[in-house]
Amino acid sequence: MSETRQSVLSDIRNALVKKAPDDARAKAVAERLSGRPTGIIPKRGQLKQDARVELFAEMAKKVHSSVTRVSGYDEIPSCIGNYLREHNLPAELIMGTDRRLNKADWSLEKNLTIKKGPSDGKDLVGVSHAKSGIAETGTLLLASGSENPTTINFLADHHIVIISAKDIKGDMESAWGSLNKKDGQVVMPRAVNFVTGPSRSGDIEQKLLLGAHGPRALQIIIVG
Amino acid sequence: MELTSHNLKSNAKDALGNEQLQKALGNVPKGFIDKRAKAAAALDEFEALRDKGREIKDHTLANLDLYLEAYEQKVIENGGHVHWAKTAEDARRIALEICQKHDAKTVTKGKSMITEEVELNEHLLENGIEPVETDLGEYIIQLRNEKPSHIIAPAIHLNQGQIEDDFRRVHTHLDEDRDMSEPETLLAEAREVLRKRYFEADIGFTGANFLVAETGSSVIVTNEGNGDLTQTLGKVHVVMASIEKVVPTLADCSQILRILARSATGQDMSVYTTFSTGPKREKDPDGPKEYHVILLDNGRSDMLGTEFEEMLRCIRCGACINHCPVYHSIGGHAYGSIYPGPMGSVLTPSLAGVDKAGTLPNASTFCGRCESVCPMRIPLPKMMRHWREKEFEQHLQPKAARYGLAFWAYLAKRPKLYRALVSFAMPALSVLGGTNKRISSLPLASGWTKHRELPAPEGRTFMQAWDQREALKQEAN
Repeated sequence: MSETRQSVLSDIRNALVKKAPDDARAKAVAERLSGRPTGIIPKRGQLKQDARVELFAEMAKKVHSSVTRVSGYDEIPSCIGNYLREHNLPAELIMGTDRRLNKADWSLEKNLTIKKGPSDGKDLVGVSHAKSGIAETGTLLLASGSENPTTINFLADHHIVIISAKDIKGDMESAWGSLNKKDGQVVMPRAVNFVTGPSRSGDIEQKLLLGAHGPRALQIIIVG
Repeated sequence: MELTSHNLKSNAKDALGNEQLQKALGNVPKGFIDKRAKAAAALDEFEALRDKGREIKDHTLANLDLYLEAYEQKVIENGGHVHWAKTAEDARRIALEICQKHDAKTVTKGKSMITEEVELNEHLLENGIEPVETDLGEYIIQLRNEKPSHIIAPAIHLNQGQIEDDFRRVHTHLDEDRDMSEPETLLAEAREVLRKRYFEADIGFTGANFLVAETGSSVIVTNEGNGDLTQTLGKVHVVMASIEKVVPTLADCSQILRILARSATGQDMSVYTTFSTGPKREKDPDGPKEYHVILLDNGRSDMLGTEFEEMLRCIRCGACINHCPVYHSIGGHAYGSIYPGPMGSVLTPSLAGVDKAGTLPNASTFCGRCESVCPMRIPLPKMMRHWREKEFEQHLQPKAARYGLAFWAYLAKRPKLYRALVSFAMPALSVLGGTNKRISSLPLASGWTKHRELPAPEGRTFMQAWDQREALKQEAN
C-alpha cells in the first residue's frame, strides 16, 4: 500500500517539479494552511445584525423552509406544540441534550412526549439546535455530538431547528468561526451539516419534489 | 471504465431517432439554463468568485503532492484511514477488502462518479456483496441496469412513465393497483423502500466533492439527504475520491461552494453540504465506527504538466453538459462514457486514452458555451481541439476523414491552387442551387444534405469579394 502511495506522489512530483522548486512549494503550502486567507465575501453577507436576521429568514423561506421568531427560550415548547397541532402530528418528538433546549419548561406542553438521543428512523418530529446560521443563503450549521445527534437532521419527517438570533452570521466564513478553535484552527466535530431547506429531488423529469430522503419539512425557530 | 465511445456516430444516430429520449432531453435546457443564469446574475460577486475558484485550484494543483500529504496526515490524526489507489483496479480491491473485513453483505451508496469510474458496483456484485444506490436518479438507473447519462442528473434520459414501469416491475411487494400517476408518489415509494436499506447496510460508500487539507474532512454536496443517511447509518463510512478533489482550507472550500450549486442547479446552495471528519467520537451518539478514504489517481497525475492539466480544476457541476447543444440532441449515453458532454470529451480521452475515446472531442460544435459557463473557467474547446490534433497525429480517424483533411491541408497550403479550384467550384455550386439557392442533394456530401439543405454560394469567393471591396475603397479615395 505504501508503495502505491509513493508511486502516486512521485508521479505528481515529477510532473510538478518543472514548475517550481520543492522548497518554495513547501513554503507556499505551509503559509496557506496556517494563514487560511479569506477570499471574497459577498456584500450581502456583510450586513448588520438586524438586517442579517431578516435576510436569513428571507433566504430560508425562498428554499421552502418555514421561519418563526420567538423572543425567548421559554416560548419554544408552546411554539413547537402549536406546530405539531397545526400539522396534525402526534405529540411526540426526539431531541438531543442541548442545554439551551433543556432550559425551556417543557412541562407546559402537558401531553408532549420527549425522547432523548439519536433517531432510529421511526420519529416523525426531530428537534435540533443550530450552532449558527448563514444569512447569505438561509443556511443552518448543525454540528454533531450528543447535544444534537446527526441522525435527527436526516431521519425525522419534520425537522424543527432552533437558532439563537445572535448566532446568525452573514457569511459562511463567519459561520465557521462559531465552532471551537485551537491555535486559530477550527476544531471539526465529526460531522458539520450545512442545511439549506428541506430535502428535495429533481431526478424525475427535473420537477422539484420536496421530501426525498431527508425531512419533508424544515421549520426554523429564531430565538431573540 | 467500460467505454463504447468508438460507437459515437451510431449511438448518436440511434439517440436522435429515439422519441422517448428526445422528449426527456427537452428537460435539460428547460431545467438548467435559466436557473443558472438567474442565480449567477443574483450574486454581484459571481464572476470574481469564478476567478478566485480558478486561482485556488491552480494553486492546489501546483502543490498537489504536498496538499495530499497534509490531508492524509489530518485524516489519520482524526482516527481515519487513508488508502492510495493508482488504478481503478487498486481502488476496487481496497474497497472489497474493507467490505470483506467487516463481513459486509449489503452496502449503501451515495451518488459518486468515481465509483462509477472504477465500476465498484460490478466488482462488489461479483464478490457476493449487494450495492444499493440511494440517490433517486442512481436508484432508478440501477433498477434498469443502466449507466448514468449525466453527472449530476443520472436519470435525466428518462420520462416519468418509464420510472413508473420500473417501480411496478421491481417493487412487487406493493399493491399492483396503486396510483402512481404523480411524481410525488414515485418519490415517496422510493423513499420508503430505501429507508429500510440504510439500516440494513453494513457499509456506506460516498464520493467527495472536496477534501479539505486543513482539517482532513471530506465534503459531500447533495439535495436529497441520501448521502448523509448513507455515511451516518453504516457501521463504516468509505469515501472514494480522486486526488484532484483536495483544496487547501475551509475558507477556500467556502469560496468554491458559492459557485458550485449556482452553476449546477441554479441554487444558491445545495440543501445539504456536509463536512465529515473521521469516525464517531467517544461521546457521539451516532455516526460510523470506522472512516476510510480511498484516494484514486487513475490517470490524473499523468494530466499534470500537460495541456490537459486545467481539466483537473473541474468540480463536476455539470454546467458545460447542461449548456451543450450536442448533449441536448444526443443525451449522455451516446458518448459511451460515464463522463458525457464537453467535460467528458476532454476527460475521457485523458483517462482512457485517445485511441479509445479520441472520437468524443469531435462531438462538438465549438460554440464555446461550455467554457462561458464553466465556474472554473476551464478552456474546454481549446482542449477538445488538442485532442483532435492528437487523434489526427496518431492516425486514429477514419480514412475518409484523414484523407479529406490531408487533401484540404494540401490545398490550404497552396493558395494559388486553392483559389483556382474554388473559383471553378463556386459558380458550379451556385448553378446547382437553382433559383432558391439551396442544394438539397450533393454527391459525397449526403451526410449533410440528408438532414438539411446546403446554402448555395452566391457565385463569388471571399477573396474575390474582398478584392472588389478594396478596389472600391481605393476608387473612393
